[in-house]
Amino acid sequence: MTSHRSPDSEAFEQMVKPHLSYLYGLALRLSANATEAEDLVQEALLKAFRAFPGLRNRERPRLWLTRVITSCHYDRVRAGQPGRQTVSLDDETNFDLFDKIVDEDPFPYSDRVHLDFIELFDDARIVEVLRGLHPEYRAAVILAYVYGYTAREISEITASPQGTVLARLSRGRRQLERGLWDYAVEHRLIPRAEVRA
Amino acid sequence: MITCKEAVERLWDYLDRSLDRVEEAVLDAHLSACRHCCGELEFGRRIRAMLRGLDRMAELAPEVQARLEGFLSGLGEQP
Repeated sequence: MTSHRSPDSEAFEQMVKPHLSYLYGLALRLSANATEAEDLVQEALLKAFRAFPGLRNRERPRLWLTRVITSCHYDRVRAGQPGRQTVSLDDETNFDLFDKIVDEDPFPYSDRVHLDFIELFDDARIVEVLRGLHPEYRAAVILAYVYGYTAREISEITASPQGTVLARLSRGRRQLERGLWDYAVEHRLIPRAEVRA
Repeated sequence: MITCKEAVERLWDYLDRSLDRVEEAVLDAHLSACRHCCGELEFGRRIRAMLRGLDRMAELAPEVQARLEGFLSGLGEQP
């Protein structure tokens, strides 16, 4: 049996295909694991495909696809699939990683303690920490600091006021700092902190 | 003048270049006199560089790529 595709389907495929790796990479950072990421990409592709005939401006497909996949991510969060969150929401507000490292002095013989701390984290560990953030903050932090979108673009992507985006970024940064410290302690990357954490 | 706490709260916005001119000038003045906040600024810069490094293309395994491309090709297919 032969199958037929509409011109829209072919145009959609042509537009989206070059962005599949990007979409999967973004999904992988938003989601709890690779399986969930693949599901998220498929869900976003379906949603984008349905919206494609009404899409007037096709000049910035990546931004549009980012909007669609982020929206799917938020839908999942609202439906109770937060993609794992482990960093406490209560105490990150006043947490300052720079000062914490000075206070705890996890590398007593080093004169570059902050750099030593950062060097504990390879890509896989950072992704783990990001997965521990509150999902709303996680999306904002990933879009801003991994992909370099401006607060204004994130406001457009997430359909949120710019003030909300800035607040999410601010809280997300604090959670990230707290998450980095907690990760280092929990995984015994900083021996002295075991005693004081 | 601003306190170190106020300065630290604005460092990432400073790095984003999202402060207005006056706020930026106030922070510049603080940074020129505060070694601690300069350290925080450099630390923030390093954390951002670490995050930015994740922008590298994710390893899209061939089987995942094949599944996603298959899914994409199947959209809108009518028997």
